[in-house]
Amino acid sequence: MTQQNNGAAANRIPQPFWLLAEITYRCPLHCAFCYNPTDYVTHTQNELSTEQWIKVLRDARKMGALQLGISGGEPLLRDDIEEIVAEAGSLGYYSNLITSGVGLTEKRIAEFKRGGLDHIQLSMHDITKEINNFITDTNTFELKKKVAAMIKEYDYPMVLNVVIHRYNIEHIGEILEMAEQIGANYVELANTQYYGWSLLNRAQLMPTKEQLEKAEAITNKFRQKVGSKMQIFFVVPDYYADRPKKCMNGWGEVFMIVTANGDVLPCHSARSLPGLEFPNVRDNGLEWAWNESPAFNKYRGDEWMKEPCRSCPEKEKDLGGCRCQAYLLTGDAEIADPVCSLSPAHDVILQAIEDSKNPQLAAQPILFRNDKNSRKLVEGELKELAAPFHALP
Amino acid sequence: MSDKIKSDDVFGLARHFRFQWEEAQSGYVLLFPEGMIKLNGGAGEVIKRVDGKKTVAEIVADCKAAFPDVPDLEADVMSMLELALGKAWIALKD
Repeated sequence: MTQQNNGAAANRIPQPFWLLAEITYRCPLHCAFCYNPTDYVTHTQNELSTEQWIKVLRDARKMGALQLGISGGEPLLRDDIEEIVAEAGSLGYYSNLITSGVGLTEKRIAEFKRGGLDHIQLSMHDITKEINNFITDTNTFELKKKVAAMIKEYDYPMVLNVVIHRYNIEHIGEILEMAEQIGANYVELANTQYYGWSLLNRAQLMPTKEQLEKAEAITNKFRQKVGSKMQIFFVVPDYYADRPKKCMNGWGEVFMIVTANGDVLPCHSARSLPGLEFPNVRDNGLEWAWNESPAFNKYRGDEWMKEPCRSCPEKEKDLGGCRCQAYLLTGDAEIADPVCSLSPAHDVILQAIEDSKNPQLAAQPILFRNDKNSRKLVEGELKELAAPFHALP
Repeated sequence: MSDKIKSDDVFGLARHFRFQWEEAQSGYVLLFPEGMIKLNGGAGEVIKRVDGKKTVAEIVADCKAAFPDVPDLEADVMSMLELALGKAWIALKD
């Protein structure tokens, strides 16, 4: 994606460009690698109404938003997605439904097509039924194949998203072959990022460096073989990089997320940060949230940085990495992202990498994302799992 | 990918791509899954004319008529089309 407004010009509020509507946190899948908040169960009772979502879409479009992601949870659990899609279409958004496929029927996809939905991003998990069903804690393997065929039939570009982790990383070649067979145009091999549920399950999910390098080599070879008919994105896991990612292209620079209950966030995990009060569309509206709210201005640009970021020649490249990751792993939201080899807290990443070589840690039971576990975490059970990380309930 | 473009070639936007004017960006954009491209003024004017009907020669003539004061316009249009073809934003109509 072309980047713009990358924080260079101070005193200039950038325009939001991407609106991600996390429309519900309810989900029929229970994926171990989900980045949703571990306390999501507290956000399932007060979802925005259809009318409120339509207002969000209109307001964000006026502010310049162009790309729309409709995500969740599983967005198809709401029965008003058709209305929301049609509104997005008439407003001129380039809209994307991000789905597990559960709940996608012939009737609904035809309605989406009529409403102007531009593409559907389907999550796939593995070539084997066993791993698909295990990691999602559901029986969804056959369904996903049917949904993929339906997406093709309705002449949508086939966009597959495969979250990569220890359980499927060694199948990456076969996963790519499967993608080619079902006619995928775009495949995103997204190495797990460790937030929310995936952070709790990090030791179980994180591949070793050797596994990762092998997977990347296989991907590169496959890319040469298929050429331009299938675009393959390999999202490198930041734990194995020397420098952090430019998280969300910068805080409050490009991305605006509206959550199921109407909170407006600069990134998916921002609510885990301490001392920030995030605006809600029920109170002040989107424009105030983006332009004026203290939370959106807190980490905009580079004024907030401390050393070694402040004087770092690379600071505009990555803007110090991810504030949430910094806080979750160190308890200090303003420290250089520990992924960076120059961060004073880099040893926590080195330890996690060391742990990835320990088969005993990897064999620990997984905590699946479900209402029961979310409630337990909210009520302070499972303390021993959440304890190593800051801000998890 | 060929960079030889003939004057009677007819190009259309690549499948699943969308082209539109964006008021907030004051410019044309190309949209596609997983990304978008903001086109500068000249590029936008060229891609606007890639409609699956006009030949390359017609696009050049059309641009010349619209911007009579710009020197070497043909070379600019051709290099824009080559770039767009190389990046698979546009495709040959058969």
